Amino acid sequence: MVLSELTKALTHLDVPADWVGIRAVKETSTTRNVRDGLPQTNGKFATVGAMVEVLVDGCLGYAATNSLQLSSLQAAALSAYKQALYASKWSIHPFNANISRPKVVGEYISKFSTPHDALNPQEINALLSKICQTLKVNDKIVQTSASANTSERETWFVSSNGSEVYQKFLLLSTHYGATAQEGSIVQQRTNNGWQANCYQGGLELLNEAQLWGKVQLVGEQAVELLSVEECPSTRTNLMLAPDQMMLQIHESVGHPLEIDRILGDERNYAGGSFVKESDFGHLVYGSPLMNITFDPTVAGEFASYGFDDTGVVAEREYLIREGKLERGLGGKESQSRSGVPGVACARACSWNRPAIDRMANLNLEPGNTSFAEMVAGMEHGVYMEANRSWSIDDQRYKFQFGCEYAKLIENGKLTKTVRNPNYRATTPQFWQSLTQVGDGSSWEMYGTSCCGKGEPNQAIWVGHGSPICVFADVEVFGGGG
Amino acid sequence: MYIDESSTLEACFNQLIETLLRQKNPTEEFTVKLSSEWSQFTRFNHAKVRQTGCVTDGLIELTLMQNQRSSFRHFPFTGNWEIDRPVATTALAELRDELPQLPADPYLVLPSGTSSSREVHLGNLLAANAVVPMVLEPVAELDFTGLYAGGLVVKAYADSQGQKHWFVTDSFTLDYSIFSSTGQAVKGTFAGTAWDMEAYAAKISEAKVQLNLLGHPPKQLSRGQYRTYLAPAAVADLVAMLSWGGVSESNLQQGSSALALLWRQEKQLSVAFSIKENFQQGLVPRFNEWGEMAALELPVVKDGVLVNTLVNSRTAKEYQKTANGANASESLRAPEIQMGCLASSQILPSLNTGLYVSNLHYLNWSDRPSGRITGMTRYACFWVEDGEIIAPIENLRFDESLYEFWGDNLLDLTNFQEFIPEVGTYEGRQLGGSLVPGILVEGFKYTL
Repeated sequence: MVLSELTKALTHLDVPADWVGIRAVKETSTTRNVRDGLPQTNGKFATVGAMVEVLVDGCLGYAATNSLQLSSLQAAALSAYKQALYASKWSIHPFNANISRPKVVGEYISKFSTPHDALNPQEINALLSKICQTLKVNDKIVQTSASANTSERETWFVSSNGSEVYQKFLLLSTHYGATAQEGSIVQQRTNNGWQANCYQGGLELLNEAQLWGKVQLVGEQAVELLSVEECPSTRTNLMLAPDQMMLQIHESVGHPLEIDRILGDERNYAGGSFVKESDFGHLVYGSPLMNITFDPTVAGEFASYGFDDTGVVAEREYLIREGKLERGLGGKESQSRSGVPGVACARACSWNRPAIDRMANLNLEPGNTSFAEMVAGMEHGVYMEANRSWSIDDQRYKFQFGCEYAKLIENGKLTKTVRNPNYRATTPQFWQSLTQVGDGSSWEMYGTSCCGKGEPNQAIWVGHGSPICVFADVEVFGGGG
Repeated sequence: MYIDESSTLEACFNQLIETLLRQKNPTEEFTVKLSSEWSQFTRFNHAKVRQTGCVTDGLIELTLMQNQRSSFRHFPFTGNWEIDRPVATTALAELRDELPQLPADPYLVLPSGTSSSREVHLGNLLAANAVVPMVLEPVAELDFTGLYAGGLVVKAYADSQGQKHWFVTDSFTLDYSIFSSTGQAVKGTFAGTAWDMEAYAAKISEAKVQLNLLGHPPKQLSRGQYRTYLAPAAVADLVAMLSWGGVSESNLQQGSSALALLWRQEKQLSVAFSIKENFQQGLVPRFNEWGEMAALELPVVKDGVLVNTLVNSRTAKEYQKTANGANASESLRAPEIQMGCLASSQILPSLNTGLYVSNLHYLNWSDRPSGRITGMTRYACFWVEDGEIIAPIENLRFDESLYEFWGDNLLDLTNFQEFIPEVGTYEGRQLGGSLVPGILVEGFKYTL
């Protein structure tokens, strides 16, 4: 498909709407999954389709079809028109196409150096199988797994007010982990938490030179966790690694700042937010060390892009600067409805779902303290890595998160390993207790492909980068029935 | 609605299977799964329309097996054979190219059954132009939010052994919340195969009564253990956790099941607790990814004892077990919890002083091997004293083991069940739901 074909199709649509847009998506993904060295899943997903969106009397309606034939697009256009027409009397807001769907022309293509097909299915399965074998450091390992998923996604957006956008994304996510068991004690260790290694690019990301030492360590740490003490129940300094900060930022900064949640759209599903429209420009969200950016321009980060799915140009923006809330995660529709400054974040998971407010890359900017300095200056604390449990309330206020692996910090040194580390807090109190932010040397980025939200439901990909951070006086605790 | 399209789709599906059977080599086996829908999705906020649209979608999963190797291709399926034929041909060619490159899979399951089925559940849904006024007019003065999802869903299966299953349902779900001015909310679901305006109006009237109760200032409770009544919708959320590292035989074998302690008889559940798979209502297909039909009923926990795990054919082969028609993920598809003795009128008197919890939110294992689940209370939850509702509560976080709330601390279950429909729409509209009673629990742990 090329843009000119879609533009031509658009001109042939016969529908009495005030504005018409077509967003087409073609995505091909491969999945390869090995358990205990044996193949579990090999396959390829292909999807192609288009969403026709129309504006009628200020009301947007859509119809999506998995056939790109002109007759199907025409039928979709009429269906979308009827949807908008029937609902126009009840529309939540009088939308304006020039504001909510501004004209845009451009292109974005993921950078990569090694194509996804540089390794054939046999070679990828062999690599995953070898990872499983390396993870099994001894007989206490009862399960090993490894997976690699690639995706090539193309999107086209054309509209009756002259938009023409083409974007092509190459995505790679990898995962491996080991489960160790001794009697009734079971522990799992993975590379940075479940499916956290998600990036944009080609197979150069596999980086085999650094792979095997890390795989071995994951297996060894799973076994180590079987014989260590439970994480103590206490209030202390909590030091979080970037692979847990990813989840912390996602759940307690990203979701509460989504303007559609604040406007109430998500109250029946994902929930609302403790943040109010009037908080923007005023609320002290965290300590002065807290700087959060919406940044879809970071090379290689999972949710980088040039344009959101309504055609708005993506740019880096501060959401929180020196602890103060400046801007929300809201696309043009939410900005029109709320008057709150937003970003280019109206995104859809595919052709068959409408765009809604989403995170993309949401990052915590680095500070000035090295990891060694943080540890050396701490009398007591717990250092936690890799998320394994997450739960937060529907206002994004009370949360409880658990990690795979932790170490005590005692008198300026990392000492004993402890298992089943968890912590709980409330969002504002937690971020205001941010006392140290690591420098660029500890900044790492991760991502997830399954951030769930929306009605109908959508799972979308997001990226999060952060350095190691320290939070003071946090309630931590261990496991047990 | 859309029934003509489903007939066209079935004809095209049959053409696909006939073509694959003709092209199949003697040593090849295949399975084909179809998932299609024609759905209207209308989303509401503040009793207005936030987004509205239609989705026509369909996809095939073709799995090819040969020489102990397998791979699959998902591809779009439109029901127009001229479009679908070349796509299917390309997929088959790709699979034939890929299989020799894959390692052998000792636990590969080949299609072997002889079963076939056909279920078509027709509905009488609202026309597209009627959805918005029918839903919104009775709630126009309320802070109403939610999603109407309705239309035809098709699930089908066929394989190289000649098995074929065809399941069609024309249904809708309206999943909604109505908010009070203080931010408290009543949650409801309204689902079926025909829109019943009278029944909908009755649901809204009930919700208005609850809304009045929510008008009181919320009570802030400190953390601790409280006697708690968990209404059926809350119980359904707890049941869903059993499909994520719970009842799966492979999870048990691989050290990732919360029921391992029960399986090894190191912990027990209450003799009052029984859960089974019950497909009698016909709301979800009984066939699985290999075309196998599950039994109409399968007890999982009976009188507190784990009597069956869910075992699919692959797990059965790997661990020398007997398969019981479980799906690929060995998850519950039609769960039902047995009722107890607690009458509706006795819920508040039996609770006496404690928490009435209508719904839960965002559950996760906080320590899976211990069966410990954390999550939040949500929507209309109340503080009750001496059998009287006193006030709604500020939401609380709980962190509690299933060996407590379905074990020693389970006081009773209601003598009625509610059907809690599955309203999920990730990738496509989900079907079915769970049939569950409410439960009365002693000392439920709230931590934040």
